[in-house]
Amino acid sequence: MDFKDYYAALGVEANATQEEIKRAYRKLARKYHPDVSKEPDAEARFKDVAEAYEALNDAEKRAAYDDVGKRHKQGEAFSPPPGWDSGFEFSGRGGDGTGGTAGFDHSDFFESLFGRQAAGSRGRSAQRAQSPVTGQDHHAKVSIDLLDSYRGGQRSISMRVPQQDASGRMAMQERQLDVNIPKGIRDGQHLRLSGQGEPGHSGGPAGDLYLEISIAPHPPFRVDGRDVYLDLPVAPWEAALGASVTVPTPDGDVQLSVPAGSTAGRKLRLKGKGLPSTPPGDLYAVLQLALPPADTEAALAGYREMEKAFTGFQPRRILET
Amino acid sequence: MVSTSDQRSLATTVLVEEQVQFSLFELTEACRADSDQLVALVNEGALTPIGDGPQRWRFAGVTLQRARTALRLTHDLELNAPGAALVLDLLDQIDALRAQLRRVGGD
Repeated sequence: MDFKDYYAALGVEANATQEEIKRAYRKLARKYHPDVSKEPDAEARFKDVAEAYEALNDAEKRAAYDDVGKRHKQGEAFSPPPGWDSGFEFSGRGGDGTGGTAGFDHSDFFESLFGRQAAGSRGRSAQRAQSPVTGQDHHAKVSIDLLDSYRGGQRSISMRVPQQDASGRMAMQERQLDVNIPKGIRDGQHLRLSGQGEPGHSGGPAGDLYLEISIAPHPPFRVDGRDVYLDLPVAPWEAALGASVTVPTPDGDVQLSVPAGSTAGRKLRLKGKGLPSTPPGDLYAVLQLALPPADTEAALAGYREMEKAFTGFQPRRILET
Repeated sequence: MVSTSDQRSLATTVLVEEQVQFSLFELTEACRADSDQLVALVNEGALTPIGDGPQRWRFAGVTLQRARTALRLTHDLELNAPGAALVLDLLDQIDALRAQLRRVGGD
């Protein structure tokens, strides 16, 4: 396990005031929050920033971290000395786990410093006396293939979910589950699996498991809600004269007729060939002009013929003001 | 609704966005939130249940995603309910603009 420099993660000095730490966190959180950010690695960056803030915003945790930090540098191998934390009791904000993005997923480094309890759920220990209590609902994100949505049916899915171990601590664990994927499920939709969440306490029923579905990119297709887009390359003469071309769809090849006089960017709709639904989505083939290479004498002659045939053609007319 | 008992842990599965309506209590459980937080978001107009008064509110299935986003923003960016509601509105606008951009081929 490597030592993590939480001050560097927030871009502040080790002697920064709590106000400076808060300001740095808020600025970075707005930049990298996965709900608002389009930065490519937003989620991972945000988790680093949120974890650093969780450690440094709490005076007790910060003191403990500083104590360890005196002897380590970023990236250096780290293992906590035995009993190092005996003097600390982490009573602060740590254990709430309410609704945040970083949630359970702290680094090993964080957990070794502050314990899994601090990183874990708010739990229901206070209510866990004698009366039956329903287990909490759990959430997980799963990625499925575009074809899974087209065809539906049973899929085996593996995910990381927080589970309580024998000593009552929360930890992330791998879990395999067979799930019925409804035909036509779209990116961002949720499945609810009854009774697959946290087990109940004192005879109460288990909570539910919510799976947030994301549809993995599947080139050459792009999915937008129920509709699917595909860039379709055509030769200049196919666009000009019209042609019947074979188009791949997630559901198999179909024949598409390209109307004469088509231009690049024209969208041809294959009705009902998008994601299955009521009504089903459409598939759009967006025409792209592919130029044949001029690498043989015959090809060069062909281009020269074109040059002669289109003497009045002004390709850059659009640039004239 | 699909139910099969002879398969390994194949649970009853429903598509939340199309087959579920939540009461305030159910949405609170599903979001692992406090009902006060959700009531505040309703009062901001960020969540729009049907029915008169919190006891009779029914939330459409799509509310789950919206409520969870609002709660993440509230927690992670230390926003209050009006701030989270504003961000949700702006995200809606960005989504609408992106969709428009895709339709005109600018994607």
